[in-house]
Amino acid sequence: MIKATRKTGLVFFPAFDWAISPTHPEREERLLYTRDQVFEEGLFDIEGIIEFKPDMVTRDDIRRVHFCVPDEWSVVTESHLVSGGGAKTIGSVVMEKKVEKGFALVRPPGHHAMRVVHGARGFCNINIEAIMIEYLRDAYGVERVAIVDTDCHHGDGTQDIYWHDPDTLFISLHQDGRTLYPGSGFTHELGGPTAFGTTINIPLPPRTSEEGFLYAVDNVILPLLEEFKPELIINSAGQDNHYTDPITDMQFSAQGYAKLTEKISPDIAVLEGGYSIEGALPYVNVGIILALAGIDYSSVKEPDYDRNMLKQSRESMEYIRKTCDQVMEYWEKAPSIKEKMLASGSIKERERTIYYDTDNILENQKEQIVLCKDCPGMYSIESWTDRGKRILAVHIPRKACSRCEDLGYKIYETSARKNLNLIFLQDRKNKQFFVNEPGK
Amino acid sequence: MIIGLDVGGTHTDVVLISSGGLLNQIKVPTNSDDLYNSVLDGLNKILKNVDVNAIERIVLSTTLTTNAVVSNTLQPVGLIVSSGPGINPEHYRIGDHFFCVKGSIDHRGREVQPIEPLEIEAIASRMRSEGIKSVGVIGKFSVRNPSHENKIVKLLDGSFNYVLAGHRVSGNLNFPRRIATVYLYSAVYEIHKNFFDAVTQSLKSKGIKVPIHILKADGGTMSVETSVQFPGQTILSGPAASVMGAVPYAQSSGDSLVMDIGGTTTDMAILVNKVPLLEPLGIELGGYKTLIRALKTKSIPLGGDSAVSVDGNKNLAIGPQRTGPAMAFGGSEPTPTDALIFLEIMKSGDFNKAKEAMNKVSSKLGCSNMEAAQLVHIKFCEKLLAAANEMINEINKRPVYTVHEFLEGHQVKPSEILVLGGPAPYFAEQLEKMSGLPVRVVPNWNVANALGAALARATSEITLFVDTERGIASAPEEDFYKPVDKEFTLEDAKRLAFSILRNKVIREGSATDEIEMEILEEQQFNMVRGFYTTGKNIRVKVQVKPGLIKNYDNITSKFV
Ligand SMILES: [Zn+2]
Ligand SMILES: [Zn+2]
Repeated sequence: MIKATRKTGLVFFPAFDWAISPTHPEREERLLYTRDQVFEEGLFDIEGIIEFKPDMVTRDDIRRVHFCVPDEWSVVTESHLVSGGGAKTIGSVVMEKKVEKGFALVRPPGHHAMRVVHGARGFCNINIEAIMIEYLRDAYGVERVAIVDTDCHHGDGTQDIYWHDPDTLFISLHQDGRTLYPGSGFTHELGGPTAFGTTINIPLPPRTSEEGFLYAVDNVILPLLEEFKPELIINSAGQDNHYTDPITDMQFSAQGYAKLTEKISPDIAVLEGGYSIEGALPYVNVGIILALAGIDYSSVKEPDYDRNMLKQSRESMEYIRKTCDQVMEYWEKAPSIKEKMLASGSIKERERTIYYDTDNILENQKEQIVLCKDCPGMYSIESWTDRGKRILAVHIPRKACSRCEDLGYKIYETSARKNLNLIFLQDRKNKQFFVNEPGK
Repeated sequence: MIIGLDVGGTHTDVVLISSGGLLNQIKVPTNSDDLYNSVLDGLNKILKNVDVNAIERIVLSTTLTTNAVVSNTLQPVGLIVSSGPGINPEHYRIGDHFFCVKGSIDHRGREVQPIEPLEIEAIASRMRSEGIKSVGVIGKFSVRNPSHENKIVKLLDGSFNYVLAGHRVSGNLNFPRRIATVYLYSAVYEIHKNFFDAVTQSLKSKGIKVPIHILKADGGTMSVETSVQFPGQTILSGPAASVMGAVPYAQSSGDSLVMDIGGTTTDMAILVNKVPLLEPLGIELGGYKTLIRALKTKSIPLGGDSAVSVDGNKNLAIGPQRTGPAMAFGGSEPTPTDALIFLEIMKSGDFNKAKEAMNKVSSKLGCSNMEAAQLVHIKFCEKLLAAANEMINEINKRPVYTVHEFLEGHQVKPSEILVLGGPAPYFAEQLEKMSGLPVRVVPNWNVANALGAALARATSEITLFVDTERGIASAPEEDFYKPVDKEFTLEDAKRLAFSILRNKVIREGSATDEIEMEILEEQQFNMVRGFYTTGKNIRVKVQVKPGLIKNYDNITSKFV
């Protein structure tokens, strides 16, 4: 009989009654054939593979991560709460050592959801990985976490949430932003001044196949993980790099995903995108589950899989090598650059525009962060949208120094202005969250 | 008149009932080496002085196939397995005649790779030369498209006594379980057929010509003819008999916990509005995980005769082993039954021996006999209730796949406990005290299993898959296949499923006026390719749920 060499927990929540809209890629049917394949393979019967029922995300869980405008319940549906809850459940059973590995096979996804949430972007409303990680930090005292995002789209939401967190290494492997939504994720995006170098982006050219992906894993991701020494490795396991995916242009495969999973060996995988619901997802998910559990996956292949048809060009491979070299160079230089940036000890400001494609909202942000030598720095975000909402959000990091902590409260208490609809204070140090509606 | 017969591990219970109530009940010892004569002995005794022409119905539940699986006295089976990509089917090898062959079907039921007839013929001739008589044919996703299995069966035609295709045993998806299920059906075929041929023959010779029904693990019955075709469904019918025996006395709305407390083990089940809960997939027995429909039961090694022991740290343990009867009945080790006798809750057996038994316990615990007996009594009930809670938690933690079920799904919370089995009446009061729930003893608790068999009605299940993009509707268990157009709806599917199920359950021995059908699962998905809806994917699972024959209450109301 077959047996998992690593005890693996699964939360499977296909939300068979939830869709963004009837013909949207994020619809009821998305995990139907995955369910069929997983059931027919009898994966839940394998000794050492355990299925868990998801918990639900609470408002406090969301508040550890997001500033939701106007409030949490307005930007999520029950399905988001179960999907995020599934990630939380998997995180808990891994931390409690009930299982060695975990996989939250849930929908809807979350990696495009940023710190401030006015609505849905890239099919995402709340960031389920971040909600899980911050929950695990508070509940189990986890410090250093690495997130490897292998979805075909740049994980810009997760990047945004951890942009200023030096304890969270975020690595995104994705199709080049010049050719795909959301258009970001270039090698020079390396994190904010106090967390410079703990955001890493590896953009890959269109039609990258197994060779290219595994090259980046071997030559960038594994050495970085080795050096960063995280307590937990999370894989945002999007499956839209597949050669049959309808909305992307890559040539990855079920075998490739299984090998990638085996190499990265994440403690927890969380499903993100992947919209080839018949040709890819059933096989990729089986491959990932087997690879996590340490079971032979060599015969998990798509019916039309032909490795030779998926070979990438020599030029493409050369390009990937150069990109990886550049990323490694940035990684090595980042600490000294960070030191220089912090030397000024002042406040750094950035302004940007964020588009919510799913809900068609345009947001402007002005962010100010304290370049603190003693902590990752308190920051505030003023955000206003074309819908007329304007908010101020203050974030005090978990390891804030007392000056940054005091400053955060001071800003929260003294910023009440007429034109602000809402003022938020997210105090991660003391695990508090406050909202003020100046108009009322 | 109806005869219900249940073969248990130690004795065989037989009841004779009529609209006038329980007419007679018989207990004969079970000889596990000769079940045929145990059954015959029971039937002979119950039929004494009875007009055989007045017998309308006979239901039998035996441990024949269960014993064969547990003791691994199974006939050799040839298995032909086609899988295609996925987990290597060699992992699911059972026995020495396991052949993986070409051919594969995908999750939608589309052919990926055809079968190779020459390969099958070569395997068939090899199996013949190896003396194989029983063959199973199993394909991955055969419930989505049985054509490969059917072709292989055809190629084997006529050369074997029994050939079973995987899609006939269940509409559920689970390839490894399909293999194990087909294997077990095929492996008990001969023993089951020979046994019931003999029983039928001997009943005929007594002038009894009414159809004989056999109890299944799901608490329902099937005709003896169906049982010969699908013999695996009789595996583990024993616990189901007792649960069905409790059904008449359960509250008609709300959740009931049923405990069948025996000498060595206690079996538990849950009834929701008088209907027993089923296993999601099927029986697990003797290391085989199957798709055999069964009641959800939990069996724990704890009963009236479990040995009571005290270790060096003064920890009291009850079970899991049984060393013999209670000391009050001539055994050598103290048991919970001895505690009941010492506490004078149970007024039989040798009191002095029971006292001696409690002495053995109290001397090690350093307490009085009374305290020791009370401790055993309480601890026994504690263990029962803990096991029940474990089962209920497991049921309530079962994953669900829709937001609706997640928010609205039924959570089991019993509001009564029904107990049956030998020691049951003596634990009722304590169980009530500790659980805070009303505890009722099933009337005629000592033959409730045979009564359950006698009163159980036919059950059945089918699954209908509709894929309007491919233009097909199919119910694999019934080898049903029908082309459908794009306009086919979920309502059409439900109607079709009910009509297929109705035909099936009548063929399998149901009376036509007691068919209560219900929907177990219904799902409809729009299939979208590109930005257009190209079809509908519909899955409907319907069942005739386990329950009692019509007018059972006329009979059971007279028992109390
Ligand atoms: Zn994606
Ligand atoms: Zn600071």
